[in-house]
Amino acid sequence: MPSWKQALTLAQYQLRDYVFSRRFILMMALVAIIGAILTAVVGYFRPAAFLESSGAFYAIFWGGGVTVVIVFAGVIFGGDAIAGEFQNKTGYFLMGQPIRRATVYVGKYLAAFVAAFTAVVFFAVLLLGNGAYYFGAGAFTATFLASFVLAIVYLLALLGATFLFSSLFKTSTYATLVVAVLFLFGFMLIQDLISGLVHTTPWYILTYADSIIGGIFNTSCASSPGTHTCTMPGPGGGFTQTVTNATIPEGVGIMLAYFVITSVLGLVSFEREEFS
Amino acid sequence: MTLPSIEVHGLTKRFGSFTALDKLDLKLEGGKCVGFLGPNGAGKTTTLKMLTDMIFPTEGECFLNGISVQRERKRAMESAGVLIESPEIYPSLTATQALRMVAELRNMSREEQNARIPAILEEVKMADWADQKVGKYSKGMKQRLNIAAALVPDPEIVILDEPATGLDPRGMAEVRSIVRDLKKHDRLIFMSSHILAEVTDVCDEVALINHGKLLFYDTLDNVTARFSSGQSSMDASFAHPVSEETLRGKLDGNPDLVKYEQLDPRRFRLSFKGGLPAQGRLLRQLSGEELELVSFQESKSVLEEIYLSQIEKGD
Ligand SMILES: Nc1ncnc2c1ncn2[C@@H]1O[C@H](COP(=O)(O)OP(=O)(O)O)[C@@H](O)[C@H]1O
Ligand SMILES: [Mg+2]
Repeated sequence: MPSWKQALTLAQYQLRDYVFSRRFILMMALVAIIGAILTAVVGYFRPAAFLESSGAFYAIFWGGGVTVVIVFAGVIFGGDAIAGEFQNKTGYFLMGQPIRRATVYVGKYLAAFVAAFTAVVFFAVLLLGNGAYYFGAGAFTATFLASFVLAIVYLLALLGATFLFSSLFKTSTYATLVVAVLFLFGFMLIQDLISGLVHTTPWYILTYADSIIGGIFNTSCASSPGTHTCTMPGPGGGFTQTVTNATIPEGVGIMLAYFVITSVLGLVSFEREEFS
Repeated sequence: MTLPSIEVHGLTKRFGSFTALDKLDLKLEGGKCVGFLGPNGAGKTTTLKMLTDMIFPTEGECFLNGISVQRERKRAMESAGVLIESPEIYPSLTATQALRMVAELRNMSREEQNARIPAILEEVKMADWADQKVGKYSKGMKQRLNIAAALVPDPEIVILDEPATGLDPRGMAEVRSIVRDLKKHDRLIFMSSHILAEVTDVCDEVALINHGKLLFYDTLDNVTARFSSGQSSMDASFAHPVSEETLRGKLDGNPDLVKYEQLDPRRFRLSFKGGLPAQGRLLRQLSGEELELVSFQESKSVLEEIYLSQIEKGD
């Protein structure tokens, strides 16, 4: 039996386990809550700036929301994916089969990816629903589709990193905690520290790259991809500042590099781990 | 067709400075059941885990049907069904789904699966639970399912690590009977246990291990012959205390008796030669109104003596 087929088989059963588990319901509920709050806030306050165009609307609510959804999905489906195999002893069952360790890793990644992808699609549907309400047919733009693809690339990278931590720690809680803290605040903090203190662009940090998901809508100078001189609001007509954001190819490159490097490291670490 | 085989060369495992297994060499070949006997902490699980690439040897290598487990885990494991350390199964799967997963990972056809899975669930007495989620199972039920999972692919080699742990006495008896049935199909079964009776009950051969070292590997018959002194030993219990003189008077002139020792006021251990005929004569002498013999049973078996003495020696 070829290993790729085994990976698909494993992914299929793992996915079944996810879909019938509490965590899947939890994830979908989280997306629903985020979507509901967003719908209520926009519907109640009708912020003019965001309702100017569908691009402005998506840049804020999709660009800002989907990365949070992805981090949650990564943590929920990937945090204990490998660590749990040790901690819950399900790995001992799999290791009794004629299967390579790498196949187990890939199969579990596929399952987590599909589960998280479903959550992202759910979030996209909620946003498109809102978009359609305010902008009609104008809500369904090619830019949104492009942004969706970028979000999926971010998901690849984030899950790659999550799996790496999950295989480095044999305890699910540690793996989950580290990923959650790192991706929800840690990277952002490091990025701010580096750009603030050292005045260099921390291009190697994933949160720098993920700005292209909202940036692609090109709705404000400060968030558009690439380097610009922008006029910032402030007293006396504001001031100008040079803003450096990742360009789309840079962002995609960085995210894919994250995916590849963390996956290789995660695989190597899992290959060396003992079920003792 | 070649015979199923398990080979272990110079297998050593150290955890830090502690040597859990020390240069184990073992070659098992053909359809039979080999008991891997040793007290808790002897190194049984450590050995079986290296045999299935769950942990890595510090030194040495293992082969299943001649294929190196360390170099080609996937191909080597194709001929083996394994149960080590009571694993868990994804809790949302049912027994049938879990076994289907195993069957699919092992490339069994749909028809084979449909025939084999219900049959094996029947065999481990889990048919009634086939469509219930594993998450609801008791420990004993999970262990039965684990045994079923090891047997689903109809493997040539079966590796079982203390398969009866976690089961109630009836479950233990059932596991033994399953293992005995397995022998009918020319399989090589390697089963670890710390319970001597389990090994003598179902196995043809025994490998005794303690403190990470193999003490011997031989057939049960050879072991018994090699270590037995040609004497048998029976324990006799009486309804009331019996003095040594009374017993001596009673057994005076019995030519088979080698020695006797008083275990407590009502019990004696009698060693004798001459096998069953001598045992019969002894029983006739002891019975009768006077002494009120209430039981007459075999003392520790030869293997039991060996198991205990070998283990004491090592300590
Ligand atoms: N991961 C580990 N780290 C340190 N010591 C271990 C580890 N696994 C097993 N041991 C030790 O190795 C010895 C043999 O263990 P094991 O093979 O599980 O024994 P058995 O299965 O015969 O009861 C024991 O003393 C145990 O404490
Ligand atoms: Mg053990």
